[in-house]
Amino acid sequence: MNVVLITIAVLVVLGLVASVILYFVANKFKVYEDPKIGEVESVLPGANCGGCGFPGCHGLAEALTKADDLSAIGCPVGGAPVMEKVAKILGKEVVASDPKVAVVRCNGSCDNRAHKLEYDGAKSCAIASTHFAGETDCSFGCFGYGDCVEACQFDAISIDEKTGLPVVDEEKCVACGACAKACPKNIIEIRKKGRVVQGTARRVWISCVNKDKGAVAMKACKTSCIGCGKCAKVCKFEAITIENNLAYIDPEKCKACGMCVNECPKKAIHATFTPPAPKPKPAPAPAATEAAKPEEKPAEQTNTSKE
Amino acid sequence: MLKTFKIGGIHPNDNKLSAGSAIQVLPVPQEVTVPVAQHIGAPAKPVVAVGDTVKVGQLLAEAGGFVSANVHSPVSGKVKKIEDFIDGNGYRKTGIIITVEGDEWVETIDRSIGIKREITLAPADIIKKIGEMGLVGMGGATFPTHVKLAVPPGKKCEALIINGVECEPYLTSDHRLMLEKGEEVLIGVKILMTALGVHNAYIGIENNKKDAIEYLTKLAASYPGITVQPLKMRYPQGGEKQLIDACIGRQIPSGKLPIDVGAVVQNVGTAYAVYEAVQKNKPLIERVVCVTGKPLQKPSNFLVRIGTPVQAVIDAAGGVPENCGKVIGGGPMMGRAFTRLDVPVIKGTSGILLMSEEESKRGEMSPCIRCAKCVSVCPMGLEPFLISKVSMKGDWEMAEENHIMDCIECGSCNYTCPSNRPLLDYIRLGKGKVGGILRARAAAKKAAEEAAAAEKK
Repeated sequence: MNVVLITIAVLVVLGLVASVILYFVANKFKVYEDPKIGEVESVLPGANCGGCGFPGCHGLAEALTKADDLSAIGCPVGGAPVMEKVAKILGKEVVASDPKVAVVRCNGSCDNRAHKLEYDGAKSCAIASTHFAGETDCSFGCFGYGDCVEACQFDAISIDEKTGLPVVDEEKCVACGACAKACPKNIIEIRKKGRVVQGTARRVWISCVNKDKGAVAMKACKTSCIGCGKCAKVCKFEAITIENNLAYIDPEKCKACGMCVNECPKKAIHATFTPPAPKPKPAPAPAATEAAKPEEKPAEQTNTSKE
Repeated sequence: MLKTFKIGGIHPNDNKLSAGSAIQVLPVPQEVTVPVAQHIGAPAKPVVAVGDTVKVGQLLAEAGGFVSANVHSPVSGKVKKIEDFIDGNGYRKTGIIITVEGDEWVETIDRSIGIKREITLAPADIIKKIGEMGLVGMGGATFPTHVKLAVPPGKKCEALIINGVECEPYLTSDHRLMLEKGEEVLIGVKILMTALGVHNAYIGIENNKKDAIEYLTKLAASYPGITVQPLKMRYPQGGEKQLIDACIGRQIPSGKLPIDVGAVVQNVGTAYAVYEAVQKNKPLIERVVCVTGKPLQKPSNFLVRIGTPVQAVIDAAGGVPENCGKVIGGGPMMGRAFTRLDVPVIKGTSGILLMSEEESKRGEMSPCIRCAKCVSVCPMGLEPFLISKVSMKGDWEMAEENHIMDCIECGSCNYTCPSNRPLLDYIRLGKGKVGGILRARAAAKKAAEEAAAAEKK
């Protein structure tokens, strides 16, 4: 009987001593964390994808709590609804940011680019790029080995078997940018989704990243940008710039009118909608078209001969 | 008992098809493309302009940094263009394109046939001269020779090791050079010994080149200090670290350089180029290229001017056969396949290897069966299956812990894998990433130290 009592007494005393020590230690080394961080984190999606640029959802929650206004940072996955909840918790105002989406800037399918080489090494774009520039004459285009597919945590990107190029599922894509980071050729760009008209988000982009001179790019691929500048001329909003023989459409300035899509002699400009038929072509003043003719001629000629 | 290195290694069939074919001089082509980056380090800066007339041996581009090398004109003629051309990997590189007119050499180059034996220059002058002449390691790594010869303060070179191993299957350019230019190679070695201030040099030669061993041993009798070291046939004995181990039994610790164990390694091709540069004033404008392969009509060795198209060299050996599946620059183990054949021969092109369609195909990859063959053949004592796996998963910390940076990319693991796994492909990817991380870390550390030093002041 005595043994049992002594044992209980010893354990009770030990427990008390330990709890007192723990109490003081806990007080001494207390780390203060804003309770709001936990609250914010609980409304974030919890995918820890890193698309926001912070290490996981906790990192973003911390940054959001500290930030003075929420315009610069936000969760690309959750989008506006999640950010509204966050703003409510923090008592700040949310600025609606434009939803974004990944865009593949290469259209070098097997039909458009002749495959001259055969690569039988490890099927990874990152590895292939250390060996050579690609199986075709275009040294800028897509390998098609699917590093972007591997990188996507949302199952939003896949390789089209027919074309051998990645295709982005607009519904699933959260614009986290993992695919753009994984691509050794920097083909994937995160762009504005664009304004929605009749159910489709309208955006226009140059589906090529070839910086070669026109003649070289022309030989390499049927739909390469040759930097002819016709699109830049036709654009009314000065959204298109030509640099290093490559056109680029500034998503901030582009109004997605689609004028450039039909103008491109190489069909390198892509749009998510059917651009207006080239009706206005005969309409403009005849003087303007005449003046533009001599410059445009060579590009048009080569284009028709190719077709 | 022949010497060799201690761990790992493989025994591929050596296939030295062109060993019996004497070095022939390839005619100068009509046009050459001379890349400004033919070496490891910063690209050279062009010093000629379009339209200039150049002579053979004239400086085209000067070294663009500490680790860089001069580039000289391999032909005489007119500079047609200085622009980007597509190199063997399909990427764009800057090159100087020269249209050949005649064959006029710079006057200072001694073109007499006689062998010049006495060495008149002081060590520092030798190194300077080698730098001026644009010499790089001729084994394939193309590290600027004058940088390698400049022993950092506080370190001492005790032995010079000359690499005449040519452990890559097929290649025979070094073999032929030793047989035909043995005397010159030995004088080159002597010059290198003078430059480094060492009294011992070992020429490592694998046992499949018995004629070269015999010939050089006979010649070396009149060159005190030079020992010809016959070695057992084993790949990758030509690797710097393996060769030092094989010749003088010293092993280089992880992350250290040969000079840390008192050794400097140079290729026999480099030794010959050193002879020509120092004794004959001749810059590195041509090299011996071995054109070989089973489907090829006449496997041969050619003395080729730098900048000659690869196609022209193959044509001289019988042209590209119909069943050719791959053309490789270098040997079958470490070489790289050419994506096109209009690319130029550069300072590091030791061989051009043609493989037939069936030879060139990689087998289908299957899962790792943990046989550990890759571990037993790795000459660096690494675990290729593990580091390739962690590279595949992107775990760079783990890759670094497992000494990924010690990999010499010899490809022994790929060769031996029964599951045909592309182990080296992934390791190379990992090396690139980990190397980047290490450089970033070193830069951050340096910046922090500088900031601390500035604060103290």
